[in-house]
Amino acid sequence: MTTNTTVAAPAGRTLTAAAPKRRQRKSSYPYWFYLPAALVYTTLFLVPTFASFFFSFTRWNLTEFTWIGMDNFVQFFSEPALLKGLTNTFIYGVVTSTLKVVLGMLLAVLLTSQIIARGYLRSVIFFPVLLSSIGVGIVFTVLMDPSRGMINEALAVVGIEGPKWLTDPAWALMSVAFVDVWKGVGLATVIFIAGIVSIPQEYFEAAKVDGASSFKSFWNITVPLARPATATVIILSLIGGLRSFDLIWAMTKGGPGFTSDVIASVIYKQYQAGFYGLSTAGNVVLFLIVTAVIVPLSMILNRKEVEA
Amino acid sequence: MTAALKRYGVGILAIAVTVVLFVIPLLFMALTAMKDRREANKLEFSWPTNFALIENFQEVLSARRFMLVTAFINSTILTVASVAIMVILAAMVAWVLQRRRSRWNPLINFLILSGLIIPPAVVPTIWVLQGLGLFKTLPGLILIEVAFGLSFCIMLFRAFISTIPRELDEAAVIDGCGPVRLFFRVIFPLLRSVIVTVIVVQSVAVFNDFQHPLYFLPGDANATVQLTLFNFQSQFTTAYNLLFMNILLITIPPLVMYLFFNRQIVAGMTAGAVKG
Repeated sequence: MTTNTTVAAPAGRTLTAAAPKRRQRKSSYPYWFYLPAALVYTTLFLVPTFASFFFSFTRWNLTEFTWIGMDNFVQFFSEPALLKGLTNTFIYGVVTSTLKVVLGMLLAVLLTSQIIARGYLRSVIFFPVLLSSIGVGIVFTVLMDPSRGMINEALAVVGIEGPKWLTDPAWALMSVAFVDVWKGVGLATVIFIAGIVSIPQEYFEAAKVDGASSFKSFWNITVPLARPATATVIILSLIGGLRSFDLIWAMTKGGPGFTSDVIASVIYKQYQAGFYGLSTAGNVVLFLIVTAVIVPLSMILNRKEVEA
Repeated sequence: MTAALKRYGVGILAIAVTVVLFVIPLLFMALTAMKDRREANKLEFSWPTNFALIENFQEVLSARRFMLVTAFINSTILTVASVAIMVILAAMVAWVLQRRRSRWNPLINFLILSGLIIPPAVVPTIWVLQGLGLFKTLPGLILIEVAFGLSFCIMLFRAFISTIPRELDEAAVIDGCGPVRLFFRVIFPLLRSVIVTVIVVQSVAVFNDFQHPLYFLPGDANATVQLTLFNFQSQFTTAYNLLFMNILLITIPPLVMYLFFNRQIVAGMTAGAVKG
């Protein structure tokens, strides 16, 4: 790696070689341009991240700390309330990500086909992306009210008795996940549209001449060739889903009980309660989970792309 | 014949479904914000019989000693300042990173990716802010938003800078331009289109941010607009008209952004979808 760059560096500099000697040392691209950004980023992001590894092993009140070893982590994995947050984080991430990929892909195919009112459809599906999570959360909390909410009243008209949504422990997390998909599917859709539009039209025409059905050309042309878009949607929605906090906090605050807690809401609850060491341990767990999921996944998704 | 059927049939079906799933919830929000308290609390989807738009508007604004007005001022300062700083710092980094090859590049790229993936550690950040005397201050939160937003901005800028020919830099250097002049007078103006994209996407993100103000800028006097919603949620449990009026008001800035910069927002958010 180092030999590579030392070879490359003079090649980049040959351009200024003709200039006087004083110029040669002073590049037009000075390193101090990194300095302001590096200062902010290091102080407020890197230092806290490294510090979190240390403080997660302590009992801590911001001024004093006592080293307690693995206690925080042991507590994290043994207390049911905290463990629930851990499994919920995975469920939430996988459910929202999967639904966004599937629905986003289908909507994108629909919106790139020859149907009427594409502009309207695209705008209305994308708009929720720009809304505040808290606002959306509050509106849907009202809509999902078990007895008076519009959703269950509408279902009652068709003769279906809707679940109790946010107040039913079995449904609470899924209800929030649905709202997350409602809010986020527009982003997935526009990413897929960008991916599908970049596929050369000739492929579809050739497939049509060969007599391929529209499902076949979707499965054999659109899906494989929109792969970079799929990878982007999976990675983005997983990062968002595993870290998500706003919607859950606005809609259930982790309740009923702790049935819809995720790690991010556990971190906040422990912070509020003054257990700073435990809260920081939660951060470290979240960090490890996100890294352990995202890094290998993006490597796999990018590698296959090269093979194809 | 079947093509026409598909074009209109599927289209009309899609319109119907989106009206139910997307338009009605948004309309419900707007209608409830116009009702008086008694009618709003029925949580019905109906045309308001007694329009109370102006009254609700006044009441929400003046609630808790004009907290929403303060919050709008705070949020505006936060958004403008943090996005401005973010754009300049990120463009500087992206330019040198794209133009100058060095052994530091892999490390810097790694740090940029880390910034996109790693969830920020909450309490240690508070600890650092306290040490600097910036905890519970607006400048502190501004710098936080800058730190967390830099990675995304650098990625967008770098992709765009790679399309600007190097010859331009060289010509300017031969004319006697120093690095600072070269960057701010020659390169920066050329980034205009991507700067607009970054500004629009990041301002919506910062304006809608709830988690970071909640952690790093607590207190009523410092509330940002997203936190007013949160504070009113407990206060207005029996006054949905006011709660929804509040939501409606804080939805207006992103809506205006969307109406004017629709194309840039989509461009910024889908960057990387094609190339991966």
